[in-house]
Amino acid sequence: MTSSSWYRYSSPATFYPIAGRLIPWFGWAAAVMAAIGTWIGLAIAPTDFQQGDAYRIIFIHVASAWMSMFMYVVMAAWSALFLGFNTRLSAMMAQAMAPTGALMTLIALVTGSLWGKPTWGTYWAWDARMTSELILLFLYMGVIALRNAIDDPRRADRACAVLSLVGVINVPIIYYSVKWWNTLHQGSSVSLTAAPKMAMTMLTGMLIMALAAWFYAIAVALYRVRVIMLERERGSAWVGELQEVKSR
Amino acid sequence: MKARHRRFIWIGAGVAVLGAASALVLNAFQSNLVFFFTPTQIAANEVPRNRAFRIGGLVEEKSLARESDGLTVRFVVTDTAASVPVVYKGILPDLFKEGKGVVAQGEIGSDGVFRASEVLAKHDENYMPPAAADAVNKARGTTAAAEKTTKTLQR
Repeated sequence: MTSSSWYRYSSPATFYPIAGRLIPWFGWAAAVMAAIGTWIGLAIAPTDFQQGDAYRIIFIHVASAWMSMFMYVVMAAWSALFLGFNTRLSAMMAQAMAPTGALMTLIALVTGSLWGKPTWGTYWAWDARMTSELILLFLYMGVIALRNAIDDPRRADRACAVLSLVGVINVPIIYYSVKWWNTLHQGSSVSLTAAPKMAMTMLTGMLIMALAAWFYAIAVALYRVRVIMLERERGSAWVGELQEVKSR
Repeated sequence: MKARHRRFIWIGAGVAVLGAASALVLNAFQSNLVFFFTPTQIAANEVPRNRAFRIGGLVEEKSLARESDGLTVRFVVTDTAASVPVVYKGILPDLFKEGKGVVAQGEIGSDGVFRASEVLAKHDENYMPPAAADAVNKARGTTAAAEKTTKTLQR
């Protein structure tokens, strides 16, 4: 594939219908995965030997915490592509990821806090893992706020891209915080380098929920980027020629 | 070199410089970022003086004792190398158990007893059904299990 054919997809006019066709696939995959994951998590997986049923928080907490970090990296990658290639679609993709990323971070923080009270004995502790995850939430909110603060979309794109790239430093800090420092938060049960430290059914349920979070995030980001494209390119010829725009 | 190649080099260099700066800052604040100190560090006088701090370790087996008022508890926190006696008045979290991880906040008195104002249970990253846990403990014996938990704590 030549590089010019790749560039074709960076045009909103080309990407708008592709995104439209992909959304139902990812949306339904997310719904099915979430249903299976919830069923395994609440009905099949055994109780834990120390925590009893409180551990079942992992089926939502881990999936959302992983997504919160991963989506930030993807948002920063789109920002880097935008700054490098100056393709407006990249900036729109980054813009579309931020609210879902913030939501995932909030879910991770709230579920973790609710789990912390019965298991640790406190809703919140200022340990490195929790503090850096809270900073991630502020970074997402900062990116969203910065965009709304700047009226010119091209300038907003550049400012948000720089802020996203600066903030990406925080992601490895969150991930490795439990290794680098003594934290209240436990170490990773699942990593790429070691055998998982949990029972098979628990792990299966957790990974299926993680997949559901992936598909949900993709579907919602594509949906949002379509809206952003229409809003920002409303004066252009390709938007005027869309069936759904014409029929209005 | 095309303009966009130069832009990517600048982006890469910018992120690398920021990363290096953060690494240096975090390294400088290393001692302030730890959530708790271990009994070994206390024995070596590496803990802040005249200021509340947290200790973390395992609750030593058979060290938990309740006083007659029913609220005050005494236990020993150990990292298997050194240990510190702790006294605490209040409600213990559900997961607080002998042989399990604990983090306590408070101050150490001149008698060497740590007076805790807050006690938290530190959970490890192992998740398994109760039957499997029994089997693992039987197979491994208590000493090996203690070693493993210590490793978890230090990680």
